[in-house]
Order: sequence, then structure tokens, then C-alpha cells
Amino acid sequence: MRGDAKSMTVLRPRSAAEAVKSFAKVPAAIPLAGGTDLMVGWNLGILNGRAILDLSRVAEWKKIKVVSDGIDIGSLVTHAEIQAHPVIRKRFPLLVAACGTVGAAQIQNRGTIGGNIANASPAGDTFPALAVYEATVRVLGPNGRRGVPMNEIFAGVKKTTLKPGELIEAIFLPYLEKPARGVFRKVGTRAAQAISKTMFAGLLFNGKGGVLEEARLAFGSLAPTVRRLYAAEAFLKGRKLDDKTISAAAELMTTDVSPIDDIRSTRDYRLVVSRNLLIAFLKGEVK
Amino acid sequence: MIKLTLNGKKKSFGGAPFKRLIDALREDFALTGTKEGCGEGECGACTVLIDGKPVNSCLIPVCQAEGRKVETVESLGTPEKLSKLQAGFLACGGAQCGICTPGMLMTAQAHIRTKGKCDDKSIRTALAGNLCRCTGYQDIVKSVLKAAKGR
Repeated sequence: MRGDAKSMTVLRPRSAAEAVKSFAKVPAAIPLAGGTDLMVGWNLGILNGRAILDLSRVAEWKKIKVVSDGIDIGSLVTHAEIQAHPVIRKRFPLLVAACGTVGAAQIQNRGTIGGNIANASPAGDTFPALAVYEATVRVLGPNGRRGVPMNEIFAGVKKTTLKPGELIEAIFLPYLEKPARGVFRKVGTRAAQAISKTMFAGLLFNGKGGVLEEARLAFGSLAPTVRRLYAAEAFLKGRKLDDKTISAAAELMTTDVSPIDDIRSTRDYRLVVSRNLLIAFLKGEVK
Repeated sequence: MIKLTLNGKKKSFGGAPFKRLIDALREDFALTGTKEGCGEGECGACTVLIDGKPVNSCLIPVCQAEGRKVETVESLGTPEKLSKLQAGFLACGGAQCGICTPGMLMTAQAHIRTKGKCDDKSIRTALAGNLCRCTGYQDIVKSVLKAAKGR
């Protein structure tokens, strides 16, 4: 079966307020942003007969705003636009690196950051970076606006904690208050187009006397949702990064992640590679 | 009615708004140069330019092309007068079976048009979303390099 265009109802709101109103009227509608995932399903025919809430006319969600304490990225901003933005490049390089690994140019020119989050894939490429930058997802719904911290936005595989009628309007990234050393790494079968086997983002903030003030470590593709390594982070806080400390921190990884065997990789491979990545990052061997 | 600019000409489309751009191009506008490969955004065969940027036309409902500038492979040269890029592909053996070629040409066209760096590495990165199962890519990269030199 193929997608049948004539069977579809398409709602095309012209503003954020209209989008929320249309969604309230047709709660079964599927929000459409860049379509890079939704259209794959549609081509297979599995969405025939459904209503689509096409958000492409909502101009206010396509803006990147630089504010005093951070950057507000509209939900409909594409992965290509994020990579091209000078302030994001300077302040949030891990997000820029992550956006550069989403599919290839064609996908980066269409796929949006809000769509990536709403889609809630365990392998969502932007999530580890958004997790360590402690982004807030701002949503708009029938009862107004609310901010959802990155660590509360996902409920499971392909599931968010968005309430009925809510749409993502922007993602806020607060500036880091102190300098940090950071890395983003995606491991897939090839550099472009691959869905990740494992994916890592890390930030290290050095304190006084050679000890670590704070570590923020996040993995994607190792659990139903992106995970911060809270146990390892707590262990590392206030310690010197010697070999013993680093391997003890790596041992704590499985407190927070639990990869599975699937078509892309195995649990064992994912754990070994992820552990090696984490150790190399803590030792300063990956930049 | 959906209005768009197609290969420099103003056009309108009155069919189902959720029809895929590739199907509208091929069936309604008789532009069959754009080919469908995988239908899931992996292979890039269906690449066209929207507002100058390469996109997969199999993943775009035509309603999202409203008010945009769409360019297909038909906007390049003609058999009598090839574009520089097409001439590069011909000279360097950048095409074999031809299915990936329209998409390769359009992605490469966007890349050489940016007037930025155009070397082996930048071409390979730009074309990473276009798969070819014949040439092994070497001659495609050579073709684009040749065209870029003549910019």
C-alpha cells in the first residue's frame, strides 16, 4: 500500500494561536514539521485517512532569538539553520556537531529541532547535546505555555510527556556560566545517513586544585530515551581525573543505561564502544 | 490552489495538497527527470532544490512547497547545450545507469553555486546523502571538481 493523498485532511494554520486552536478541534491530527520521518510512514501507506496539522506556515516558530541568558531556538528551525548560526556555533558547539550528523544535507535542510524532539526516537541525534546543555522545551497548548526540562520531555520510545493539544514552540538553551571542555560523538555504520549505534555528549567543568567541579555526561541509543549518567556524574564531582577514578566512573555507566540488541547493533558492542568513548573523553583523548 | 515557482516559472497546483512533491512534478508538471529511489529519504535520487537547498522530494507534501522556488534537473542544460556540471559528468564518466544522476546533479549544483570551498572533501560531504551503486563515487567527485574549476 502507498500513501493516498486524496484520503488526507490537511490543516494549515497561519499562526501559533491558530495551530493550537486547530489541534484542539481535531485532536487526532498528526503535527507535521519538516516531514523527514512522518513522510516515510506516509509513503508506506500507514497514515492514510488521517488528518495532518501542517505547521509550515507558523512563521513565529522559525526564528532563532539570542537573549541575555541564552538562545531560544524556534521549534521549526532546521538542523542546517542551527549549524549556520554564528552564536549557536560559538556557544553550543556540541549541538552544532550533532545537527551535522542528522542524515545528510537533504535531511538537515528539512528536519527541525522541534520535530526531532516530538518524534522521540531513542536515537534522536540532538538529544545528548540538549541534555548536557540542560535545555528547556517550551510548549504551547490550550492551557497556555509551560517549560519542560530536557530530562522530563521523553516518556519512552517514540513517546513524549506532551499533553493532548500541546505543540512545541521553542527550545531554550541557557549559556554555560563557566568554561567547559566538551565533546559530541556519534557512532554509526557510516558518517552520513546512519542511525546511531551509540551517541555521546559530554561537558567537563574544572574546579580549583585540579579537581572536577562538575561533569555532564549523556548517551543516546543506549536506553528507550536519552540518558544522563547521573551516577557517574555524582561520583566524578570533586575528584581528580586519574585513571582509577575514570575507570570507576565508567563502571557506573550501566546504572543509567541499558542498551538492547537490535538491527543496528548489539548490547555488548554498544556497551564496549560507549565505555571506551567515555573513558577517552574523560582522559582528554577525544576532542 | 498551491502557487510555486518551478524552474523559474510561476505555476499553480490544484490537486490534493498532500500529494508528494515528486509525484506532482512527474505526474502534474510532466517533469520526469526527477527519479524515485528508496522513497524514505536515504538515497537522494529524488533530490530537487527548494529555495536553492537540496531536499528529498519524496518526503515533501506539495503544500509545503507553497510560495517556494523549486528547481529540478530540467532547469540545468538541454541535450544540445549541457550545463557545465552536466558536461563535467559526461567528460568524467560521472553517470552509469543514470538513476542517481538527477539527484547527484542537483545536490552538486547547490554545492558549486554556494561559491564556497569546492574540493574533494567538501564535495564528498555535500553528496553524502546521494547514493550511487555504479560508479564508486570517484568519477562523480571528479565530475563536480571539473565543473567547479570552470565556475
